[in-house]
Amino acid sequence: MINAVGREIPDEILKATGKEPFQGNNYKNGVPFRRQGPIIRPVMENTHNKLVKDIHEALVKCKAHNGMTISFHHHFREGDLIVNMVMEEIHKMGIKNITLAATSLGKAHDPLVPMIEDGTITRIEASGVRGKIGQAISDGKLKGLAIMRSHGGRVRSLVTGETKVDIAFIGAPTSDDYGNLRGIGGKTNCGVLSYSHVDGDCAEYVVAITDCLVPFPNFPAHISMTKVDYVCVVDAIGIPEKIATGAAKPTTDQRKLMMAEYCTQVVVNTPYFKEGFSYQTGVGGASIASTISLTKIMEERGIKMGFGVGGLTKPMCDLLDRGMVRVLMDTQAFDLDAVSNVINPAHHRITAGAYANPFNKGAFVNKLDYVILASLEVDVHFNCNVVVGSDGVITGAQGGHPDTAQGAKCTIVICPLLQGRIPAICSEVTTVTTPGESVDVVVTDYGVAVNPNRHDLLECLQKADCVPLKTIEELRDIAYAIVGEPEPVQFEDRIVGIIEARDGTIMDVVRQVKHYG
Amino acid sequence: MNPNMKRLRRSMMFLNCQKPGLIKDPYVYAPDSIMLDLEDAVAEREKDAARYSLYHALQEIDYRGVERVVRINGLDTDLWIEDIRCSVAGGCDAIRIPKTETAEDVQKVEAAVIAAEKEFGAEEGRTLIMAALESAKGVMHAYEICQASPRLFGIALSGGDYTKDLQTTISGTGVELMGARQHMIIAARATGVQCFDTVYTNLNDMEGFRRDVETIHTMGFDGKSIINPRQIPIVHEIYTPKPKDIIFAEKVVREIDTKKAQGIGVFTVDGKMIDIAFYDGAKRTLALAKASGVYKGEL
Repeated sequence: MINAVGREIPDEILKATGKEPFQGNNYKNGVPFRRQGPIIRPVMENTHNKLVKDIHEALVKCKAHNGMTISFHHHFREGDLIVNMVMEEIHKMGIKNITLAATSLGKAHDPLVPMIEDGTITRIEASGVRGKIGQAISDGKLKGLAIMRSHGGRVRSLVTGETKVDIAFIGAPTSDDYGNLRGIGGKTNCGVLSYSHVDGDCAEYVVAITDCLVPFPNFPAHISMTKVDYVCVVDAIGIPEKIATGAAKPTTDQRKLMMAEYCTQVVVNTPYFKEGFSYQTGVGGASIASTISLTKIMEERGIKMGFGVGGLTKPMCDLLDRGMVRVLMDTQAFDLDAVSNVINPAHHRITAGAYANPFNKGAFVNKLDYVILASLEVDVHFNCNVVVGSDGVITGAQGGHPDTAQGAKCTIVICPLLQGRIPAICSEVTTVTTPGESVDVVVTDYGVAVNPNRHDLLECLQKADCVPLKTIEELRDIAYAIVGEPEPVQFEDRIVGIIEARDGTIMDVVRQVKHYG
Repeated sequence: MNPNMKRLRRSMMFLNCQKPGLIKDPYVYAPDSIMLDLEDAVAEREKDAARYSLYHALQEIDYRGVERVVRINGLDTDLWIEDIRCSVAGGCDAIRIPKTETAEDVQKVEAAVIAAEKEFGAEEGRTLIMAALESAKGVMHAYEICQASPRLFGIALSGGDYTKDLQTTISGTGVELMGARQHMIIAARATGVQCFDTVYTNLNDMEGFRRDVETIHTMGFDGKSIINPRQIPIVHEIYTPKPKDIIFAEKVVREIDTKKAQGIGVFTVDGKMIDIAFYDGAKRTLALAKASGVYKGEL
């Protein structure tokens, strides 16, 4: 069946997953559902001890079994040690057919590839996958399907019961012996524990893993003892220098600075730029540069931001410190400055659910005026691809891209026209991960294109004469004129993964890459 | 005369021909000219490869109106004639002669350019020449060099080699360059060619760069050689006439035209005394504003 972004979703996949094809952003708006909850094992005895001596004991007590689903968060990013630690023990115990439902997987988890090959891990659900696991999935080594879903989509998947987590492992920079968890303190500060909140609510068993046991009560807890079954203390849960580094130096790459300037001009010349506007941006060089150049114009015009949301970096925290944004709503700290800024009383931690779950009675992303995003590819329908490389290999993550893009009133995607020799603005993206209906403006080094559905924004920018406006087709044509139109990537028939839309429908499928002899 | 002799050249950006990533689309930064370098930036053993990249870049890439100058190797090498053949065959707009010391140097290059234009069937006179002065001797000969060829559109100071020759170094104050700058701009204006300033190499000191550009702008230079696209917006900002200057220039031109017809020689505009001596300057401001894309009037 062809879905709303023109992608063929084979019937066998619809049947196997029980899912529907994507039918537009607001297809499930207002459609009621019953929230699912886990089985709870009450702790009433005052002698109950939640501490376990090691991961093995935790697995045994949580009745680890073949075919179970286990979950993890990615707040420790490339410094994460927990996923590998737990999986090694599961592998040793000979448990097979695991569904690994992590919030995201990266290069830190390359050592899991042999466990994919030997059938220990047979399904993966994540925001996306970088590194060797992505290659392994694209090579068809995962026996089951990989499901890539956004941060908001993951929360939806847990609360609707679509994903049933048997054991959630929550790495916590600090914990007490009763499972009050905090994202700060200890030696592996990550600032916030937003992504795991839903796992605490929905998993059958919840195991906290920490390398810093603190006296009870570890308060205020970011994840409460009321949700935690066991606490396991290990030597190290993460590599601090890979969790959060010093703030990235502002870029000196003139191309990125140009795109940042175009982006800022789009923001300040559209009607949502007024006192109290809301804003989210990413960690890319152009995004950060754009925040810096936007700050100057906010100062000149005396405009303050109402709230900033999402993964946070130093430039956003600087805005808070200077009183130029009223509050920050934090789901992830990207640098040490953001981690240490969490102590500011106007810097609030929010859950991934509050941030982006489409099946809430409203999420923060719905209240965004602007979001600045990046993309690997954008096509002439404004569809974005942030997961699959132009070589067909899974290499990125949806993160909050589809969530914020849909939510924001003005979604700006920054994307250089060419990624090396590959045209990033193209006729059809390799894989659709964010639908074009969510994307309003595309900023490239060659000019700015506005989605024709947003003629209101186009008129503003034409009137302001502030950026070189082009149509998306013109940008595509320039790209093709420079590097040529690439031959489509060759795939095998086998579907190795699906790109799930926020509402659980299927946006696209990812097939096994074809290797040339 | 080749219509490009007097084109706008505020920013002339050096690019190493050995690096395809640099030469593939520098026009996105909107410099007025790029200077594709076959000389110092290219390792000795890579000269052939750089020429190959250069030729194909000139042939294949649409530089979207940005002037394409090629810096050839010095006349004291056995590389420069082949550099010129390759550049002219590719269709470059101009040749930059390094280490120019005499009018004869320019004439030698001119002869090689003419021969190459003939050999490759290029329109005669399409390839212009500029001369970089990099020594005390070159600077002293600026006046003769400026008049050495009808193809020569300008001279450029190359501060690194020049200060070595003076037995000093670049101080950051500009003191050591002052004599050459002053001498060269006078020679260029006396002979009707353009004059360009040397590069500013400290990319961490953008304020110093700004001061440097303001200095040479005030001195009368037509533009500056640059080494990084980040420097372009600063040069263009300083060289682009400000709105109040454009409005004033427009008034001056209109008033002089009107008053001339009425037989009046001296009058005031916005309280300033104006006569015919202001006419060319005001015209130049409007032409620069037009070329910079900030003036769309009919004057």
